[in-house]
Amino acid sequence: MTQTPGPVGMSREQMSARAALDIADGSYVNLGIGIPEMIAQFIPEGIEVILHTENGLLGMGPSPADGDGDPELINAGKRQVTALPGASYFHHADSFAMIRGGHLDLCVLGALEVAANGDLANWSTGGDSIPAVGGAMDLVSGVKAVYVMTSHCTRDGIPKLVETCSYPLTGVGVVNRIYTDLAVVEVGPDGFEVVDLTEGVTFDEVAALTASPIQDARSARVER
Amino acid sequence: MIDKRVADPEAAVGGVVEGATVMIGGFGEAGSPIELIHALIDHGASGLTVVNNNTGSGEVGLAALIRAGRVAKMICSYPRSANSTVFPELYRSGRIELELVPQGTLAERIRAGGAGIPGFYTPTAVGTELVEGHEVREFDGRDHVLEHALTADLALIKARRADWHGNLVYNRTARNFSPLMAMAATTTVVQVAEVVATGGIDPEVVITPGIFVDRVVHVASPAHESDLVARGVTYP
Repeated sequence: MTQTPGPVGMSREQMSARAALDIADGSYVNLGIGIPEMIAQFIPEGIEVILHTENGLLGMGPSPADGDGDPELINAGKRQVTALPGASYFHHADSFAMIRGGHLDLCVLGALEVAANGDLANWSTGGDSIPAVGGAMDLVSGVKAVYVMTSHCTRDGIPKLVETCSYPLTGVGVVNRIYTDLAVVEVGPDGFEVVDLTEGVTFDEVAALTASPIQDARSARVER
Repeated sequence: MIDKRVADPEAAVGGVVEGATVMIGGFGEAGSPIELIHALIDHGASGLTVVNNNTGSGEVGLAALIRAGRVAKMICSYPRSANSTVFPELYRSGRIELELVPQGTLAERIRAGGAGIPGFYTPTAVGTELVEGHEVREFDGRDHVLEHALTADLALIKARRADWHGNLVYNRTARNFSPLMAMAATTTVVQVAEVVATGGIDPEVVITPGIFVDRVVHVASPAHESDLVARGVTYP
């Protein structure tokens, strides 16, 4: 497919750094496998964030140095990690009690589509793929705040912020905020609201690449 | 005197019947009781329903059990793996059944099964295709779906240390589903790298009390799935 040149958005690293700025000191956070994991590298100095991985660790640290890993100390993506001072291990019922009982402050997940009412589709493209959900449905239904980090459009230029999801849902009305390469978008009572734009990107460009009405709420934010 | 030790993995899995439901501990390779699974393959029971978060990797452990045609149905949350084609091939050709369950719901169903709770309501997965047909009930203005407990005939789990009573301590994130499965199965078999005499584990640090464990088998140097897969090992 030919692509028309669009606005130049942030890299994944820049998106991660932008999202990291909004995580409050002292938060308990679950970062989804893939791009959201990268946020951990950009937590600002002086801010303490405790990372939860649903397979049974609170206080997750970075990957071990080569040769120092333990195949039984892994994250939800099954990659070897480390445990920071103050960490704890627990079984799955406790781990998902943290999630389902509303004890985690924030989770950040990837998305195939987000709808204007906060519906999220991120676990299945339908068709012939092997269905696999993991903990995504538990996270979106139980964690206090649900953020999504995703490119604004697919590689083919198709908007991911839509009126109604076409892929199977992960949760209904669950997403609070979306970090894309082009903007930060809140899911408000009347649908999508841009609260921040990537430098060099205009509101009209974002609106043109969003498949649902979207408001410019940046001034409201400044006045606050 | 209570002494739950058995001689070897073969003796540990004895008595499994055709069509049994078997819970197998582990999240990916962490906590996967490979030696017990291989003994179950050697045992020969088939038509099994297996509960595990995943479907194994390579052609060892759980993937080998599935490849050997012993599993009629998988109950799991994430049957995809970067390095196994065993489950996808059987699933696509309609030779294995899949019950896909959100991971927290899977854990809670097992916990409920062990705790004598026949079912519970949860908001997880409301409005999604995974709970089509489930009873829906409103609590405090929010919809919840009914989920049923899971129990099993046999649980195969792995821990780091046991005493003769079956009190268990695990290793890091290898704990995952095992304490829940130990509670939910009629017969729970654990493989451990270290066995100590009764009294050798501080009661304050016991994770699974021995009442939930029936057989303890010593496997001094358990294999790691990723290591076997990297070396191209297949079982049998």
